[in-house]
Amino acid sequence: MIRLFAIAGGLFFAVAALWSFMTGAYVAATEGLGEETAEHAFHKLPKDLNLASDGVFGKWDVNQLQRGYQVYKEVCSACHSMKFVALRNLSDLGYNEDEVKAEAANWTVPGIDPNTGEATTRPGLPTDYFPSPYPNNVAAAAANNNAIPPDLSLITKARHNGPAYVYSLLTGYQAQPAKLLEEFPDSKTPDGLHYNPYFPNLNLAMARPLNPDQVSYADGTKATVDQMSQDVSAFLTWTAEPTLVKRKQTGLPVLGFLLFATILAFFAKKQVWAAVKPKPSVTPAKRKD
Amino acid sequence: MSFPWAQQYTPTNGLMRYFDEKLPLPRLVHNAVGAGYPVPRNLNYMWNFGVLAGFCLVLQIVTGVILAMHYAANAEVAFATTEHIMRDVNYGWLMRYAHANGASFFFLVIYLHIFRGFFYSSYKAPREMIWLLGVVIFLLLMATAFMGYVLPWGQMSFWGAKVITGLFGAIPIVGEPIQIWLLGGFAPDNAALNRFFSLHFLLPFVTAGVIILHIWALHIPGSSNPTGVEIKTESDTVPFHPYYTAKDGFGLGIFLILYFSMVFFLPNYLGHADNYIEANPLSTPAHIVPEWYFWPFYAILRAFTADFFFIPAKLMGVLAMFSAILIWFILPWLDKSPVRSGHYRPLFRIFFWIFVVDMLALFWLGGAEAKEPYVMFSQIATAYYFLHFLVIIPIVSMVEKPKPLPYSITEAVLGSDKKAVLGENASPAT
Repeated sequence: MIRLFAIAGGLFFAVAALWSFMTGAYVAATEGLGEETAEHAFHKLPKDLNLASDGVFGKWDVNQLQRGYQVYKEVCSACHSMKFVALRNLSDLGYNEDEVKAEAANWTVPGIDPNTGEATTRPGLPTDYFPSPYPNNVAAAAANNNAIPPDLSLITKARHNGPAYVYSLLTGYQAQPAKLLEEFPDSKTPDGLHYNPYFPNLNLAMARPLNPDQVSYADGTKATVDQMSQDVSAFLTWTAEPTLVKRKQTGLPVLGFLLFATILAFFAKKQVWAAVKPKPSVTPAKRKD
Repeated sequence: MSFPWAQQYTPTNGLMRYFDEKLPLPRLVHNAVGAGYPVPRNLNYMWNFGVLAGFCLVLQIVTGVILAMHYAANAEVAFATTEHIMRDVNYGWLMRYAHANGASFFFLVIYLHIFRGFFYSSYKAPREMIWLLGVVIFLLLMATAFMGYVLPWGQMSFWGAKVITGLFGAIPIVGEPIQIWLLGGFAPDNAALNRFFSLHFLLPFVTAGVIILHIWALHIPGSSNPTGVEIKTESDTVPFHPYYTAKDGFGLGIFLILYFSMVFFLPNYLGHADNYIEANPLSTPAHIVPEWYFWPFYAILRAFTADFFFIPAKLMGVLAMFSAILIWFILPWLDKSPVRSGHYRPLFRIFFWIFVVDMLALFWLGGAEAKEPYVMFSQIATAYYFLHFLVIIPIVSMVEKPKPLPYSITEAVLGSDKKAVLGENASPAT
């Protein structure tokens, strides 16, 4: 009896699913599988980017992180906050205690006047977090054509293949291809937006942020757009996960130990079972499967 | 119940004798997972996953309790405290990655454990109760994992919670009040986050309780085995310890190598990048997907795109998604074949592997974008899913002619079971 109900129920669900299938197939047959969009046809996957922190043995390239930090400080921070990173974290970039204090003091953070209690500003301390360029989201939107610049603390983890995405986006600004306008005449980049094939919908509110020699690197590296983009991607890989290298360095000995322990466990198992396993003198049964 | 030849617990010194008299806990452990539990001698590595699942639960509870010490279930700061754990708490990153990947590995192990049960018909009498409790554990795990994913309060947390609680809105008349009651508001917010945290902390301990019942029920008939032939004599069994502790120890080593490879080198591979964006009720992600372990059921949910007579498509999807798991409860009474093991069931075995392919397809389609041709594929895969359990299994079990079974487990392993044959035929074996 229960099986009759089950078969009826099974047929009910199967027929309902196939009914949806036939409805969808009818739509597909009469209207096609949906039109090609400009976003789909012209969007590009990120370019390859190799960083010192990649791979199982990855390590931070401290000089590159310092250069990337300089790009963030002099360019990105005008619009983008980085609220989960503390100024004290700069010690990871190879600065000593005094240098971190001096670097922190370069940032202006919100404070309270000790005499009047009124809101004011003061130089940053290592215990402060990176200050935001705008007091709130409304101010950020108002200053940027209604597009709020995203916080950059986690940006390389918040995008698929993040470091390569950031690098490609920064170097990807270009004129809209003529072919795109031929195929999709309605897809002209609107005023106030900027064409970039690495951005999911192709048109980005952020104008090209980096131009050649926009920063002068202290270590004498030539500040090409490509170089600055790589450096800032490396820096944002660090801000997204300051523990990344420590994680990999912890992982290697853990896996080494586990490999050793598992080999021991394998031989322990073999030894324990030796007495129970069929002896070679006994013909094993032909498996009946 | 135990087998008459089960090794008895004997305390070796005065302290243990005293302990055994007052609180025989060592005796309990000895009989449950020690030398006092006779287990079929022919278990293969598919029988390793129960122990691994238990290990995962302990791992999740330990890492979870530590994470809860540093996390704040408040919509204002939940995302920030998660980052605090990642950046400032000593080895907080390890705890969080171990917990997040631990959930994935828990489901991986559980799915293999369940499919072991499907192939070897572990759900059949006398083990129906073990199976039913197992399905309860699976449902508890799904609820726990879903609520846990909401806690970091990223974009996928928020929108996942909105989509899944929105399913209750599909129920006619009472749906919307139920949805508001579950969330404590019109959309996921602080009230929802708080109750999800509370339940996420509670349910693993409920699960642990049901696991105790699951193992208790297992010890009544004893473990099943790859031949599906019940234990007859002592020569069919070996004591759990040291034989299966050694075998499971090796399996655990392999498991840990795979698990820690993910934790240390690809910790975000199984997650979604959008969950590193703080929850924003005003910005809908382009592509809302749950975690991979929900994909087959998510594919079934989304497969119903057309109204079926008077049933709206959305309600049909919700009914199908819940039914997809609930039908496992009646599985022991659908499969009437007297033979348990798929090795001796030629027809069933073919359909089993077709079903494995169907399930893998549903995994793939549940994670794919909701557009053609994926939707059409998922509709066919969904139809087959229900046909497999509710139509094919009952019919196959009636029409199939199984292959002959070995006389005993010992015969299956050694080729002959002289002692048993002697007893049976009362004549010398050839």
